[in-house]
Amino acid sequence: MKTWLALTRPGDWLVLAGGLAAVGFSLPLLLQGGFAERAIIRQNGAVFLDTDLRTRREIEVPGPLGMTRIAIEPGRARVLSDPGPRQYCVRQGWLMRPGEIAICAPNRVSVQIAGRTRTYDSLSY
Amino acid sequence: MTASVTELTITAEDRRVAWLATAAVALSLVDAAIPSPLPGVKPGLANIVTLIVLIRYGWGTAVWVSALRVLATSLMLGFFLAPGFFLSLTGTTLSLAILGLAKHLPPRWFGPVSLSILAAFAHIGGQLLLARAWLIPHDGVFVLTPIFAAAALIFGTINGLIAAKLLVETPAPEITP
Repeated sequence: MKTWLALTRPGDWLVLAGGLAAVGFSLPLLLQGGFAERAIIRQNGAVFLDTDLRTRREIEVPGPLGMTRIAIEPGRARVLSDPGPRQYCVRQGWLMRPGEIAICAPNRVSVQIAGRTRTYDSLSY
Repeated sequence: MTASVTELTITAEDRRVAWLATAAVALSLVDAAIPSPLPGVKPGLANIVTLIVLIRYGWGTAVWVSALRVLATSLMLGFFLAPGFFLSLTGTTLSLAILGLAKHLPPRWFGPVSLSILAAFAHIGGQLLLARAWLIPHDGVFVLTPIFAAAALIFGTINGLIAAKLLVETPAPEITP
């Protein structure tokens, strides 16, 4: 350890501190799009429920195959159960970042997380 | 045998550049073999060579060695003229530009570690800007900036320390053909 320390010069520590500051200042970029604030539940393309993610609750959404159960918790949401055959939306687990979406296509239900600012959900060029 | 019309004279400097570029290419290949959790996050071991060349032989030689390394590595790994090649080229160009400026810092205060960190940040900065301008024209690219910056800081420091150690421990070798 000491031999390595001998290889640094005083200014190196200054540069290192500057680098750390740069990393620190860039941290907010990770949260681009804001925190998960709302869950938008859609049934057959129409908004079924637009709720905030502050309180713990369970919601049942009726679809052509039956009931899709959705759990809302502070800062996150997930599909608990769905009558669809492949269970993709259930297996997706908790949705926590703005823009994340779980789609239960057979039952025509979707849950999407939204933040303060609207981000793109797809991009093509 | 008739003498060739074009006579290429190979200087000691040419040989030195070739040897150093070979070392840099080898380290680049090691780099590529290390699994990375995220494209773009890698140790950049070849920068150790760039740093040593810069300090020992000057900026001009460092530019030659880096340019040859980018070209040869892309040919070997098969991404010549692919997006990865231009990312690599932009990162290297920007970090060489920064190194050209940073080497005028007083050496009593700023050693290889400083140069390495500055170069690493310039490298990732250049790549991100090119990616934003050309490959993914959307600000979403910058979401991962903190991760890239942290990687640049960590690997920049480690590479700088290795370069400093090598510079201290090995005297300038006489490169003979």
